[in-house]
Amino acid sequence: MKPFAYFRAESADEAIGAFAGHPRAQYLGGGTNLVDLMKLGVAAPDFLIDVSRLPLDGIDETPDGGLHIGATVRNSDLAAHPAVRTRYAALSQALLSGASGQLRNTATTGGNLLQRTRCTYFQDVSKPCNKREPGTGCPAREGVHRDLAVLGHSAHCVATHPSDMAVALAALDAAVHLHGPQGARTVAVTDFHRLPGDRPDQDTVIRPGELITGVTLPPALPGTRCGYRKARDRASYAFALASVAAVLRVEGGVVRDAALAFGGLAHVPWRARAAEEVLRGAPATEETYARAADAELAAAEPLRDNGFKVPLARNLAISVLAELASRT
Amino acid sequence: MTHPPPPLGTPAVRSEARDKVTGAARYAVEHTPPGCAYAVPVPATVARGRVTAVHAEEVLALPGVHAVLSHENAPRLKEPDDPTLAVLQNDRVPHRGWYVALVVADTPENASAAAEALRVEYAAEEHDVRLTADHPGLYTPQEANSEVPAVRERGDFDAAYPAAAVRVDATYTMSALHNHPMEPHASTAWWDDGHLTARDSSQGSTKVRDTLAQVFGLEQGQVTVVSEHVGGGFGSKGTPRPQVVLAAMAARHTGRPVKLALPRRQLAAVVGHRAPTVQRVRLGAGADGVITALAHEVVTQTSTVKEFVEQAAVPARVMYTSPHSRTSHQVVALDVPSPSWMRAPGEASGMYALESAMDELAVATGLDPVELRLRNDPDTEPDSGKPFSSRHLAECLRDGARRFGWDRRDPRPGIRREGDLLLGTGVAAATYPVLISPSAATAHAAPDGTYVIRVNATDIGTGARTVLAQIAADVLGAPLESVRVEIGSSDLPAAPLAGGSSGTASWGWSVHKACALLAERLERYDGVPAEGLTAAADTEPEVAEDSPYARHAFGAQFAEVQADTVTGEVRVRRLLGVYAAGRILNPRTARSQFIGAMAMGIGMALTEESTMDPAFGDFAEHDLASYHVPSCADVPAIEAYWIDEDDPHLNPMGSKGIGEIGIVGTAAAIANAVHHATGARLRDLPLTPDKVLPYLDPAS
Repeated sequence: MKPFAYFRAESADEAIGAFAGHPRAQYLGGGTNLVDLMKLGVAAPDFLIDVSRLPLDGIDETPDGGLHIGATVRNSDLAAHPAVRTRYAALSQALLSGASGQLRNTATTGGNLLQRTRCTYFQDVSKPCNKREPGTGCPAREGVHRDLAVLGHSAHCVATHPSDMAVALAALDAAVHLHGPQGARTVAVTDFHRLPGDRPDQDTVIRPGELITGVTLPPALPGTRCGYRKARDRASYAFALASVAAVLRVEGGVVRDAALAFGGLAHVPWRARAAEEVLRGAPATEETYARAADAELAAAEPLRDNGFKVPLARNLAISVLAELASRT
Repeated sequence: MTHPPPPLGTPAVRSEARDKVTGAARYAVEHTPPGCAYAVPVPATVARGRVTAVHAEEVLALPGVHAVLSHENAPRLKEPDDPTLAVLQNDRVPHRGWYVALVVADTPENASAAAEALRVEYAAEEHDVRLTADHPGLYTPQEANSEVPAVRERGDFDAAYPAAAVRVDATYTMSALHNHPMEPHASTAWWDDGHLTARDSSQGSTKVRDTLAQVFGLEQGQVTVVSEHVGGGFGSKGTPRPQVVLAAMAARHTGRPVKLALPRRQLAAVVGHRAPTVQRVRLGAGADGVITALAHEVVTQTSTVKEFVEQAAVPARVMYTSPHSRTSHQVVALDVPSPSWMRAPGEASGMYALESAMDELAVATGLDPVELRLRNDPDTEPDSGKPFSSRHLAECLRDGARRFGWDRRDPRPGIRREGDLLLGTGVAAATYPVLISPSAATAHAAPDGTYVIRVNATDIGTGARTVLAQIAADVLGAPLESVRVEIGSSDLPAAPLAGGSSGTASWGWSVHKACALLAERLERYDGVPAEGLTAAADTEPEVAEDSPYARHAFGAQFAEVQADTVTGEVRVRRLLGVYAAGRILNPRTARSQFIGAMAMGIGMALTEESTMDPAFGDFAEHDLASYHVPSCADVPAIEAYWIDEDDPHLNPMGSKGIGEIGIVGTAAAIANAVHHATGARLRDLPLTPDKVLPYLDPAS
């Protein structure tokens, strides 16, 4: 472990101010991922700015009927919140399917969005990895990659984003609020994470010194249902082999609104726009759901050992959509 | 006056339970001698080759660094029996993760930082880490693990098999597995006036003491090894491991006490694994299901450092009627970490294949799988012809079937649906040999009516202290509370390791003998003399006697699973085991052993997998996030029962070992249940969703 300075910020402005002039600073939330990465030598910040106790731990109704979630709200608290459980069930389900109880008690909303891939090569500093050390190569492409990406990967990186929460947020059209040296801005969660391209070291569009202050959920429209389902190796806790978050509104046997996002398939929570195109206005049948999933997954480029993710994601999508439609 | 029940056979609470749950129990590196330094090993980053440079001078300049040991400067060791302990003795790198240096510093943080910073240069060579059934380097070893013959032939398999009315020919594979005990391999070592003391996380500190004495050229009396509390081992601490040799070397080199806890991420390469196996089983039977020909042929891997052969074909020599039989092992030395013992080595992997093949034979003959096993239950041990000292496999199968509700089972596969789920049940038999080693012990009576038992047993979480106190109290006719048991130090009477399910039998026999001697002497005295009275015993003569009996524990495993047709996820709903393992000395700790091993069997069947990375030559899973040990949510209704077995041919307690049999057959029962649920016969463990999903159709 490298020596580092530590500072506990009392306000977002103080945190951002502290960051200035420290190019190797990092914000510390619950630490459930960053501290591990520091132990592994993957992350080596020289300055940790603890933002876990900023007064950003509220979950508040917004004037338009949505929900604002502070960046330091713990995953357990968010999953248990009555408004989340009743109006944004997919988010609650996603959170509870992730990690273990101990980790959820500590992990924050902002930190969850910023967690890094669990690709074994990324976590092993004795091996090359373009995400960790740009230009060194990607051994995962020909190596151990059963858990890695089938969509949107590049020659440089085949990592997946590990979050369950972010997948639900992507389907729910959440927005991420950022506060930084140049002021505040808001980014759609679907634009927040980025595909690896030739810069796999950049997981997100966040700029140096920017801090996530919160996440906003738009109002849940009347008549919509949402849900999350995850497939994994172990019932107790494991990262997603594939997962699906869906929002669905069916009227008169026809899909009126649909949002779908996949987890475990890509470098980002994968919003399935092509599938949504198929769904909207189509009869609410399993045939439609299958067609929708196929439309999205046609772009999949599985690696040698992860082709199972395509039918798995397809099954999950059909299953979740059918389940939501049956409750309409 | 009412008498308390005799102590043996009662569910006594383990004596150190409170210490463990309150944190008062201290483990190997939870003792900090004054002036203690900290060591961190540096693993090789090539899969084969030589170390050409260790840039020690660069890290010696870092804060707090006391020393960098490598093959260039490390203390010379006498050649150990186990070559994996010849650490830092030469420049050879036999596999990735082999230790090439050791950094010693004033704090764990400084030691870690320096170990990460140490530059080591290599001349890398081509490596070969792929196990295949037709590898050109395969050879037939002389012996497999625990000195069993590698090949046994009876009758004429090649003639009998083609002539059989019903034939099964199937090949089963399973990945490498890792023990991953909760407490990593760890030691604190110091030298004091030529005497070496080590607190080591080990399954047997007498052996560690003897090994340290040998490699450092000391008398046994110059070495003390303490293993007071041990946070699990599952076989990986059954032999002395590099950490204790390294800690002792570093302590000698620096003149300070040294602590060394191996990082979890390094364990996969340096403390053994269950070797992957490719197992071909052929069963020929009559239409009545009676086996006429049996072949179990095992292909496995070892390292270039030492030969270890997972003896997976051995249980087939014990289990079933088979007039014509071939059981064989072939092994190839690859540039991989050295495999070793993992809970029920041989039996766990071998019975997965054999009991899966039995299920296939049941399907092929149209017989119920319980009935098939009953029809092939032999009167004498097939391989040796010896009578069994006791064999109650049939009773285990019948009792388990009754408890599980097996008679309601519809044998047709793939027909039980519950929404998206397919449900099925499976059965498998279990066996584990009765092993025993010589042990010494003393029993001391004090004038105040209390007793002290001394024996270098090791409690790796099993409750050894408690059951040994029960044995002593039973022989002495004394209340359990009056007996104090001292274990876990090589300064105590020498005793074998906690392994091979032999600990309680081995230590217990010597305790029994010492207490019987003491009781006899006490009768000659009028009260205990002021200085107390001590009796010493050694079971060498008793244990050396050959038994005319084949001695094994048996059991039956029943599993109910669900397979999700949407995801391919298989989950265990129920697991029920019935065991015949001699006399159960403590039902509470015994149950804990059985269900713990059964849970480990769930991991073997469904979740645990160590993936060899061919490009790099290491196991890809470096932590407990990626190596999936079952946790509570993965272990649902799990039940263990046993049959009271009265076997006079074992030891004075009448006990067989119980630490391992719970994992034997569990994976086969689960895999057989997966076949019953889905109709798919999957022959490659673990049964993860990627393997299962292609065989399933969603309900829609």
